[in-house]
Amino acid sequence: MTRMTRRKAMTALACATAIGFSFASSAAVAAEPPIKIGYAVAKTGANATGAGITTIPNYQLWVKEVNQAGGLTMPDGKKRMIEVVEYDDRSSNEDLVRAIERLASQDKVDFILPPWGTGPNLAIAPLMDRFGYPQLAVTSVTDKAPEFAARWKRSYWMLGGGHDYAVGLANVLKAAKAAGTINNKIAMVSVADGFGIDLVKGARPAFKDAGFEVAYDKTYPLGTSDFAALMNEAKKSGADSFVAFSYPPDSFGMTKTAQSIGFNPKVFYVGVGGAFPIFPKVSDGKAEGVMSIGGVDASSPAIQDYFKRHTASAGAPPDSWASAITYASLQMLQQAVQRVGLDHAKLANEFSTSSFDTIIGPVKLKDNQLRDLWWVGQWQGNAFKGLDPAGKTGAVPAVIPKPTW
Amino acid sequence: MSRIALAVVTVVLLAAIPGYLSDYSLGLMIGLVTYVTLASAWALFSGHTRYVSLATVAFYGSGAYTVAVLNESLPYPLVLLCAGLIGFLLALIVGLSTLRLAGIYFVIFSFGLAELIRQLITWYEVNVTGTLGRYIFLDVTARGIYWQMLALAVFTIGLSAWIGRHRLGLALKVIGDDEMVAAHSGIDLSRTKLIAFTLSSTIITLAGAIASPRWTYVEPSLVFNPTVSFLTVIMALLGGANRLWGPLMGAVPLFLLFEWLSVSFPDTYPVILGLMFIAVVFLFPQGLLSSAEAFRNRLKGGTA
Amino acid sequence: MTTLILGLVLGGTYALLALGLTIQYGIARIMNLAYGEITLAAAFVLVFLFQAAGISPLAAILLVGPLGYAIGWALYAVMMRPLVARSGGGSRLEVDSILATFGLLFVIQGLLLMVFGSNFTSIAYLDQGISVFGVTVALNRLLAFAVCVIAGGALTLAISRSRWGLVMRAVALTPSSAPLVGIDVNRVARQAFALGSALAAIGGTSVAMYQTFSATDGVVFTMKALVIVIMGGVGNVPGVLVAGFALGLVETFVATMIDPGLTLAATFAIFLGVLLWRPQGIFGRRA
Repeated sequence: MTRMTRRKAMTALACATAIGFSFASSAAVAAEPPIKIGYAVAKTGANATGAGITTIPNYQLWVKEVNQAGGLTMPDGKKRMIEVVEYDDRSSNEDLVRAIERLASQDKVDFILPPWGTGPNLAIAPLMDRFGYPQLAVTSVTDKAPEFAARWKRSYWMLGGGHDYAVGLANVLKAAKAAGTINNKIAMVSVADGFGIDLVKGARPAFKDAGFEVAYDKTYPLGTSDFAALMNEAKKSGADSFVAFSYPPDSFGMTKTAQSIGFNPKVFYVGVGGAFPIFPKVSDGKAEGVMSIGGVDASSPAIQDYFKRHTASAGAPPDSWASAITYASLQMLQQAVQRVGLDHAKLANEFSTSSFDTIIGPVKLKDNQLRDLWWVGQWQGNAFKGLDPAGKTGAVPAVIPKPTW
Repeated sequence: MSRIALAVVTVVLLAAIPGYLSDYSLGLMIGLVTYVTLASAWALFSGHTRYVSLATVAFYGSGAYTVAVLNESLPYPLVLLCAGLIGFLLALIVGLSTLRLAGIYFVIFSFGLAELIRQLITWYEVNVTGTLGRYIFLDVTARGIYWQMLALAVFTIGLSAWIGRHRLGLALKVIGDDEMVAAHSGIDLSRTKLIAFTLSSTIITLAGAIASPRWTYVEPSLVFNPTVSFLTVIMALLGGANRLWGPLMGAVPLFLLFEWLSVSFPDTYPVILGLMFIAVVFLFPQGLLSSAEAFRNRLKGGTA
Repeated sequence: MTTLILGLVLGGTYALLALGLTIQYGIARIMNLAYGEITLAAAFVLVFLFQAAGISPLAAILLVGPLGYAIGWALYAVMMRPLVARSGGGSRLEVDSILATFGLLFVIQGLLLMVFGSNFTSIAYLDQGISVFGVTVALNRLLAFAVCVIAGGALTLAISRSRWGLVMRAVALTPSSAPLVGIDVNRVARQAFALGSALAAIGGTSVAMYQTFSATDGVVFTMKALVIVIMGGVGNVPGVLVAGFALGLVETFVATMIDPGLTLAATFAIFLGVLLWRPQGIFGRRA
């Protein structure tokens, strides 16, 4: 409206008299002040890659869609456009903390979307709590989620903990062993980082309980780029299952190395990155049968539609682990705002107690945590499909042994 | 005398302002004072001796990590004391073994040191304690951090001033000019360098320890971020590392500028930062203070 | 045996990365912290050529190499030359060049982020395995190894035998007295810097073939290259080859025999050890 020239405005006025009420109501829409939504994520530095794949494209997609539809609907039915305030935290927690302080006390935004990663989310949790903002910590994997949810009443932990993923994998392997398709040996490597350690600590007892022997169990430092030695040792261990709790560059490096040295375990599992859209390309089109963290219900029309819209907006499909959940968390926000408005206490109460309709199906948080998640997925056809929990809607049976590279 | 009075008044004012600031401005002040402390402490050793150290983050990170390890088992003042002690011991070991390296070798060594410490801590945590990623749950408010950091900054600058007027400062200057001359004039090279290095490093470690409660979650890859080392160096050099107020004069404008850039141009920030960096090297080779002085002298020369 | 071959191949890729840096630093006296970013930029260009224009990576090397040379030449002329002139041959240059190239690092990284985004990039090229004495090695790694040995060997020969090499050595040893015998130090240094950039670019193209990378990875390459350069002795081409191989062997040995978790720590420990006991490098020139 502000950019309209006078003549256009006159024409509009003429139209308005002609069309009558319908226009009048939409003119009232334009007069509503925008809703300010802020976020600080890593655009540069070590976290930029993760944020650039999982977090930023979903924020952009959602804001674009909401604004195209006329904005967020308030409880009184009026619509308000979203105005975004974004900062780069440069992958530094000090800068991140300051950016959140700025969003809360300087920009006074209506809502703050979370940064990418477990560490950054924990770094801002005390601040968000003090300022009273609800924190939908999507991309945080931590076993201490129950503890954190109790400590910061308005924080929501939506990606489970390392233990969950390890137990899920143990279940899948246990079933395969019972069916006689794999032997009882596992070769396991993990990245020396908070995430890798959490998973490996959960995996060791889980594998043991499932009757497996971990024949090779090593940790490698963050930033390793050559896996020839590691993969050769794993190959020699005689295990049918190869499990790597790894970060994206490592997951890719291991896949390539396994292919070039002809390492063909019956189960090939890599950590973060395995569910990335780039993975089939990394594996030279031979992703079929590779297992990893996460998964989606590939048969769900909502998910298929989301993949299409994401591809159109970001130029690439989303990753099949945290992306859909990130988007779902934004849908939760949208619906919560429509029900109770922007008051933080009411929003928090809504997140804790109500149920929401999202692309990953109906979501209801338990003790401020999302527990209805995919723990293990596998590339089948052109999609990364959820395997475990086997009882979840859309779960597919595992393909073991994996076809050779 | 009036100078001291001025300094006292400034410090009192600085100590009083948190009550009038928003949370963000306070956060900004904390960052600002932190970098003033780091740059001044860095200059305490490197400014005079011209040993460019990139090990700042090795000590800063160690301080933060110490707090993360000990914050649940010891009371806070003791934790700080431990952090200082660890920084002191670390600096002593590093100093004893490396200060005979000259020029570029020292630069590279100090850079590698931060990496090595990070790798060793990671390995130790993974294999011995089995936890990586520690939490800091301390009841230290942003104001508390600000006051502590301010005190440390005042102490650092005071110490630099004191050293500058005593034997040690003079010795450091001679070493910076020419180590041969220094040795011939009876200065105990290694002892002098070691004292300055240890003082500087201990302060940096304490700065890391004081700042850490703001982050809640600490992991080696997060606290040993090499950018901290480089920012410290460039701030000190911009202001003029061999002057008492140089690091402060560099840290304040640069810090504010970085913040403004990252807020206004989140997407092109690294490019602008890089160009700025290059510009500093080209335009102020001796630091802002010297350039300002030279300019003033030229003006004076014109009138005289 | 497995350890030996894997170590040598890994070492070859390392040494290739370090060749350019040792020349830039040893002869042009520029400590180039943006070295890894140049490597990375070349990797991105290769991927772009491969995916958008369908140019085979091997052919692209022939394109990217000279491009690296040209960019290095320009960088030296515009950015480094004034610093060199200002320092008058003193140790100031080292500090100045570190700071200036650190700025350059951010500029290149920022540009890469803007142009190519923060995503992981990867192409699959020549990554089928080949058996070398019974050990399976990826073909692209072997290629990097071969390029490294050829380039390194040729450089070693050229520097020790040819007249051009003599000039290079003269500038490396005593930049202040080289003009006395009619050597244009500025020109030689510029050539060396450009050559170093070309080698960095070639190293980058081989990285693109065997590794997944993203725009923020440059520092990793610089650090690795730096470690090798210091170990091998600054400006010492055969030294770099030997140090690269040694490092590859050590990493592989530590990974198989001791603990993969200590590979990077071992690298830095050796590096610091070398700095302390033989700052001129294990194979440093006799001063």
